[in-house]
Amino acid sequence: MTATAHAPAHAEGHAHPTWQTYTKVALILFALTALEVGAYEVVHRHSPAGFAAVLEPIVVEVLLFLSAIKFALVAMFYMHLKSDGKLLTTIFSFSLLLAAVIIGALMIIFYYLYQHAPTVNQLK
Amino acid sequence: MATAHAHADDHHYTATGIDNRKLAIWTFIGSECMFFASLIGTYLVYKGRDVVGPKPHGEWLLNGVAQEQMLEIPLVTFGTALLLFSSFFVVLALNGAQKGNRKQLIGWLLATIVCGVFFVGMQVYEFNHFAHRGMGYTTNLFSSTFYTLTGFHGTHVTLGLVWLVSVLVVALRGKLPPEKALNLEMAALYWHFVDVVWIVIFPVVYLIR
Amino acid sequence: MATTALEHAPAHHEEATGIWSWITTVDHKRIGIMYGVTAFLFFLLGGLEALVIRMQLWGPDGRLVSAEVYNQLFTMHGTTMIFLGVMPLSAMYFNYMIPLQLGARDVAFPRLNAFSYWVFLLGGLIINASWFFGAAPNGGWFGYANLTSAQYSPGLNIDFWTVGLQILGVASLAAAVNFFVTVINLRAPGMGMMHMPMFVWMSFITQILLLLSFPIITVALVLLMIDRSFGTHFFVPAGGGDPILWQHLFWLFGHPEVYILILPSFGIVSEILPVFSRKPLFGYAAMVFSGAFIAFVGFGVWAHHMFSTGMGPFADAFFALATMIIAIPTGVKIFNWIGTVWGGKLEFKTPMLFALGFIAMFIMGGLSGVMHASPPADLQQTDTYFIVAHFHYVLFGGAIFALTGGAYYWWPKMSGKMLDEGLGTLHFWLMMIGFNLTFFPMHIVGLNGMPRRVYTYSAESNFELLNKMETVGAFLLGLAMLVFMWNILKTWRSHQPPAPADPWNGATLEWAIPSPPQHFNFPALPRVHGRDALWEMKRVAGGTLPEPTPVAHDAVPMPNPSWKPLVAALGVAITLGGFIGGSHLWVHAVGLVVLFYGVYAWAFEDPFAATGH
Repeated sequence: MTATAHAPAHAEGHAHPTWQTYTKVALILFALTALEVGAYEVVHRHSPAGFAAVLEPIVVEVLLFLSAIKFALVAMFYMHLKSDGKLLTTIFSFSLLLAAVIIGALMIIFYYLYQHAPTVNQLK
Repeated sequence: MATAHAHADDHHYTATGIDNRKLAIWTFIGSECMFFASLIGTYLVYKGRDVVGPKPHGEWLLNGVAQEQMLEIPLVTFGTALLLFSSFFVVLALNGAQKGNRKQLIGWLLATIVCGVFFVGMQVYEFNHFAHRGMGYTTNLFSSTFYTLTGFHGTHVTLGLVWLVSVLVVALRGKLPPEKALNLEMAALYWHFVDVVWIVIFPVVYLIR
Repeated sequence: MATTALEHAPAHHEEATGIWSWITTVDHKRIGIMYGVTAFLFFLLGGLEALVIRMQLWGPDGRLVSAEVYNQLFTMHGTTMIFLGVMPLSAMYFNYMIPLQLGARDVAFPRLNAFSYWVFLLGGLIINASWFFGAAPNGGWFGYANLTSAQYSPGLNIDFWTVGLQILGVASLAAAVNFFVTVINLRAPGMGMMHMPMFVWMSFITQILLLLSFPIITVALVLLMIDRSFGTHFFVPAGGGDPILWQHLFWLFGHPEVYILILPSFGIVSEILPVFSRKPLFGYAAMVFSGAFIAFVGFGVWAHHMFSTGMGPFADAFFALATMIIAIPTGVKIFNWIGTVWGGKLEFKTPMLFALGFIAMFIMGGLSGVMHASPPADLQQTDTYFIVAHFHYVLFGGAIFALTGGAYYWWPKMSGKMLDEGLGTLHFWLMMIGFNLTFFPMHIVGLNGMPRRVYTYSAESNFELLNKMETVGAFLLGLAMLVFMWNILKTWRSHQPPAPADPWNGATLEWAIPSPPQHFNFPALPRVHGRDALWEMKRVAGGTLPEPTPVAHDAVPMPNPSWKPLVAALGVAITLGGFIGGSHLWVHAVGLVVLFYGVYAWAFEDPFAATGH
């Protein structure tokens, strides 16, 4: 009876990635963080000057892109979403999507409000 | 006897095969996404709308004297690395728990906790340092939104640490056999979530000007 | 040996009784009853507040209450009805009926369920404790900043509100996680998602809305609380803050909240109509997807509560269109309900009367809703009684009618007694007439310009006659409630034979087991092959099923009672309660100690451990 009781616990958790994968992911995460800070330093200190000029207009997109990759790596490998099935991935992705949409919507609404709405401009 | 057996099966039956507790922690994490979305949204809406200094990036004036920017990138990069490594360490600990490798479990769990404690320490130091430089909680919109967002994240890290330490105590007593690895997995999932929130906060608050 | 049938052993006599057994219970049915009783008492309180409001507005220049008390009355009426009335009344049905309809023994986390109830109770008590300090919340149920800032609301009033709502939020979130997991994981073997009863489906969508919207109001309340307690400027313009952000955060929660209130009622009506029409629900899949669509788009319409703040033509157009789009899935639902009834063998029992009344009233509320989806129309209607009429048609004519219908429908299952049909019919007609007499004239006075939330009106305004009608209607509604309570009391004390397991020829699994069910609900988990599981079983059996017999009360091991959830709930309430009137560190500290003690005692308790006896 005890054997059957624990059957569900054994059904999952064994298809998880290996040591090597975990280590590779950790190194990539570390490298991406270094890239993020590097991009910040290049733009902030304007050196090397040529590269800084190229990077400056797109640095926000680059930083968000790098952070999205890091986010996805942790979620897929460390949180095991890659091997744990669709349901959990759906729950997390749906919440993230809504979270992103709401942050975006608030930013757009307030940008518009502060830049264009006449009443607020008169107040300023 | 056959009926009694069927009952025992019924008690562990789930329609999807996913353990209830694992599904619950994921559901809770989904809900927490909206919590941090509201805080990050508030931070971004108010970004640059301060009436007085200090400013997060670039110089600002205090009584006519130019001050350096508030945010200290090297310090926070160090904290970020700690949190990333702690995520790596806790999967290794979980791997050990699932294989029944007690040494691997306890060693890596301890490493995770040490990283987490240092992260919280980094944040306490950062807050203190800012306070000394004249940025109180109510000083301006930046200070309030910054302390609230990173403070709530720090609270989550602290709660995660309490949880991990509790699991460590259980493991040290030898009460975390492989079939109970889920007890660690839930704490680990929460820990990773706190980590990915920081992965968002780090560029959004510290790196994007 | 375990499933020996006992011939003369009514189930409830075997179980523990007494107050301690209720305080420590983790049984979803008992927790459901506790939710129901508590919510009904709060509902009566909210109703009394409404009656005082109506008496104040009986004639022009009313002198019954002061402007200050009037503010407290309408704020508490709204807050009570939404958070302490309709939501927990829905939670009663979630608790009692979701596991039964799924063919499960309990919810996924029985102790968490008890925790949710206790946190809800404490939150409700803390908000209402404000009356004893003469400082009931007075900023409206939406608590608009910066009216609610420390500068303009210096008293304790708003503190009670922010703290109380945060505590209630904890209860709702814990319950939502619990029911989300329950629905996904505890469906009886063979019951696919598209086989679930419609009430379970709509409740499931409600849980998703709770999970995604309550964190937003929590953040808004925390920021407001910090503004008030520590002097920050999140919503204070002098420091660069923007009260409009409060409105956005509030309605980002507030609009999904509207669907949190109404979707369970959609589900209840979708259960009642097929049973009393002797026809399966028309367009099951369309019902599911329209419900999901309403919920999803419901996250994109929040700013239609804010047209008058001047968001500019782009935002106005977006939110107006999104709002109008919601009329489509709602219309799908209404046509499907009509399709369900169409050509059926209708039985006009009390639950059916309420369900049909729901459809009619909800259509009216929906139509006036589409009217103020249009910004120019809304600018005329906002903050008038027209809006009050609209949301009472959807929340009273909608939610309360459906919840009352659900009470008549499920009463036999929950209590083992049949309610009186004659009194039920009287209740229905009194409520129908009283409701329309109260709220229909509000459309007219509203369009004529009578503002909401103002404690008097002048004699020249010509609002008096219609207001008198409204007050008469409100007292008819009170009378209807008295008839309902008399019905309950009379049948409770009568010596009628116990209700059969399946008094209505029901379609779903809750009717397969005795009334009231035994502690473990199902001695063996039912096997399900499709929708309307019980109708299917009856068809296979050739018409009717034999009356189910109770089995030995220890046939199925169930989790032990536990007092730990109550301790953890007290910890939550004390910790947050420390924010009333500033921030009291020692109260937070005591609360955290109690909370951690409760959580650890709970975590290390084996729910199936052998007990002393």
